[in-house]
Amino acid sequence: MTQLPIIQRKLSILADAAKYDASCASSGSKSTRKDSSIGSTEGTGICHSYTPDGRCISLLKILLTNYCIYDCQYCVNRVTSDTPRARFSADEVVNLTMEFYKRNYIEGLFLSSGIIQNSDYTMEQLTLVAKKLRTEHRFGGYIHLKTIPGAAEELITEAGLWADRLSVNIELPTEMDLKQLAPEKKKTQIVGAMSGIKDKIDEIKSDRKSGMRPPKFAPAGQSTQMIVGATETPDNEILKTASELYTGQRLRRVYYSAYSPIPHADSLLPGKSPPLVREHRLYQADWLLRFYGFDVNEIVVREDKNLDLEIDPKLAWALQQRGYFPVDVNTASREQLLRVPGIGARNVKRILSIRRHQRLRTDDLKKLRVAWKRAKSFVITEDHNPALSDLDRSDLKQLIAPKEKQLTFFDTFDAALKGEL
Amino acid sequence: MRTIQIEDFDDWRAKARKLIGNQVPPSEVQLFDRDGQQSLFGDPSDLDEASGATFRVSREFVSLAQAVGYHRDFNRWNLLYRTLWRIKTDQPHLLEIETDPDVHRLIQMEKQVRRDAHKMKAFVRFRKVERDEKEYFIAWHQPDHRIVRRVAPFFSRRFKGMNWAILTPDESVTWDQSELHFGPGVTRSDAPGFDELEDLWRTYYANIFNPARVKVKMMKSEMPVRYWKNLPEADIIADLLTDAPKRVEEMIQQHEGFEQTAINFIKPTEGESFTLATLKEMAIECTACDLCRDATQTVFGTGPVEAKIVLLGEQPGDQEDIAGVPFVGPAGKVLNEAIDNAGLDRDKLYLTNVVKHFKHIETNTEGIPNGKRRLHQKPNAREVRCCRPWFDAEWSCLEDAEFLVCLGETAARAILGPGNKISEVRGRLLSTDYCAKTIVTWHPAAILRSPRESHRQEKMRELIKDLALAGV
Repeated sequence: MTQLPIIQRKLSILADAAKYDASCASSGSKSTRKDSSIGSTEGTGICHSYTPDGRCISLLKILLTNYCIYDCQYCVNRVTSDTPRARFSADEVVNLTMEFYKRNYIEGLFLSSGIIQNSDYTMEQLTLVAKKLRTEHRFGGYIHLKTIPGAAEELITEAGLWADRLSVNIELPTEMDLKQLAPEKKKTQIVGAMSGIKDKIDEIKSDRKSGMRPPKFAPAGQSTQMIVGATETPDNEILKTASELYTGQRLRRVYYSAYSPIPHADSLLPGKSPPLVREHRLYQADWLLRFYGFDVNEIVVREDKNLDLEIDPKLAWALQQRGYFPVDVNTASREQLLRVPGIGARNVKRILSIRRHQRLRTDDLKKLRVAWKRAKSFVITEDHNPALSDLDRSDLKQLIAPKEKQLTFFDTFDAALKGEL
Repeated sequence: MRTIQIEDFDDWRAKARKLIGNQVPPSEVQLFDRDGQQSLFGDPSDLDEASGATFRVSREFVSLAQAVGYHRDFNRWNLLYRTLWRIKTDQPHLLEIETDPDVHRLIQMEKQVRRDAHKMKAFVRFRKVERDEKEYFIAWHQPDHRIVRRVAPFFSRRFKGMNWAILTPDESVTWDQSELHFGPGVTRSDAPGFDELEDLWRTYYANIFNPARVKVKMMKSEMPVRYWKNLPEADIIADLLTDAPKRVEEMIQQHEGFEQTAINFIKPTEGESFTLATLKEMAIECTACDLCRDATQTVFGTGPVEAKIVLLGEQPGDQEDIAGVPFVGPAGKVLNEAIDNAGLDRDKLYLTNVVKHFKHIETNTEGIPNGKRRLHQKPNAREVRCCRPWFDAEWSCLEDAEFLVCLGETAARAILGPGNKISEVRGRLLSTDYCAKTIVTWHPAAILRSPRESHRQEKMRELIKDLALAGV
């Protein structure tokens, strides 16, 4: 690291350009690669730091270069932007990753890139970095590579050999949105890239099942990101796309990223603060889809097809479906308990375990740190629960909803990420 | 009342086993840490050794007790023993009842230890020291609980090929690439105070932060302030927060590019669909980008609406700009020749450009004294994006079109997408979003610009061949 000032300048440009990608996970690879000398992956990711935007730093998240031939209007790196440009060499990224990793700053590398020359060339450059880390440095830490749509299949196969996770960003929820803001990108091409990765993962899995020992291929699966609020597309369309990706492409995660004002913004996009509350509600709804047995068609209950910003989507659903309640915590099924506002999946498990031995009272639920304010009007407990009489009140939402002011300083993003709704 | 000192979890397990075996109820025994105040009290040496060895407890309890053993709470050994006693005497499923006060407290302690261990894995910051040409990585860390032995194996797996040490006030641990060695606690001054790389780390930290989404509470809940003193990046948090509002304001104020595109000038009349004639009329008024300022007029497409073949160029040139008609200058002559040779009829083709105004600079150039020459300039991506709705509208009117011929790179990229090179896509029938039969070929101006006669002839032959492909 003798050329510190040059590296420092490149790092500032290429980290700045990478920060609009919300993905940060470093989990999913259950065992460390054999013959590693530095680095490990043991299933759970570690967040090594947090920035004042509340996001974690787990991986060294940078672009190989922010030069790009594409003109996506929401993106700071689009070809028509005046943003300063830089390009790392493969060795520079490799050294930076190793030196940061050895000091325990990071879990590994998340490498993405602007598209230079063409998709294949860009993909080759990204893969080269991962290959050098694995072979020249026997690096066993986490590597997440962005997959470039349109890159040749054999290039993706090689990328998956060295990387723990591959991802292709869907960027915008609908074909129309893409047409509007990223006319050069096609949903079919993006989804095609995802499905290529999925097929490869499936192939390796079935090889392994039949007793063969195939090489690793993206053991931590794939994820994607959708930008929210850059177009008028409502939440139910966003969630439908997410749901399709979870079932059709078996993605591990869909990240929602509130469209954030960027430096060098294109004049066609209005400058505004990012819709953080909306992003938070989408994460909550996403958890309902994946862990709470909700169907995408029942989550959005408002007529304008958007999630309620004032209350969480499970509570919004419950307020619409009062007939489903009250639910008796001592007799209800797991599925019924999962639908009670304020009771998270982990607490459902605890409740089921406790009630085999004793009946639950309101104090027990409070002790389990159920969000009692939200739950109390929907549950029957062993003892008298006076709040139950509020269930049919027309102003129940006002009774439960947090005050306007608290909402503005909303800070429970982590609750959504942990899935306790 | 017995009083027994406990060294660590294994010691507790051995002694608890004996106590249970001898049926000593929790109310008759007090268990203390070895370094606690009562350390002078005795051993359970009077207990019957043999009777302890025969019972089992669940794996869940062992794992809970192991974790709780690292907690700083001085009463933990007693609480563990009481819980074990209850499980063994009359409540085998006690652990499943998380609302029980003892179980609740144990689970809390386990969570605190786990969290502390997790934060140690996250927040240890090594500093590199070189001695005798060997690298050592040394960290100073202050955990809440006595977790060094719990976490050390993790670091030995992760940094297998490194010599490292983690120093804490309670205990220290070193790894020599084959074994872990534990030693006594030390003070902060025993740890290195500097690492050159920390500046680079802070550079990363500052730049990955998005000032448009400040969530300080979230940051503090995951990275509690008490850890900050040992995190090099925490030094700049205050400055980042001070600057954030100003940076966001600037981002929202600053814009680049044009505020409108051609779409803003395509205004439908009620009840009527567009025709090429009405579009041409509207395009006269287009001021979406700056090119209209220096150009004479909008040069719209020309040709019959029933055309089967559409030729798309880059932008009008000097003479086209004056005449208001595409392909009438020198390049137009080359194109006419090629059209004839390909057996096509120019009057049956629709000719247009991606960009509808002439982009140029005016220079005094050698060879043309006292004269102003208007030198062609390639339109940039912003201008292309701004103008292309005109072509999209033209295309939607040309319902009979079967072939789309892109002349040159600008047209090819507008239709095929960025990154396409003429040399790679020329002369083949391609299917695009616009047209199932799209052909890319040379722009006639490229033939004129070719330095060598042989190149010019070859490109001309190719242009004719490619056009003929559309004529089939």
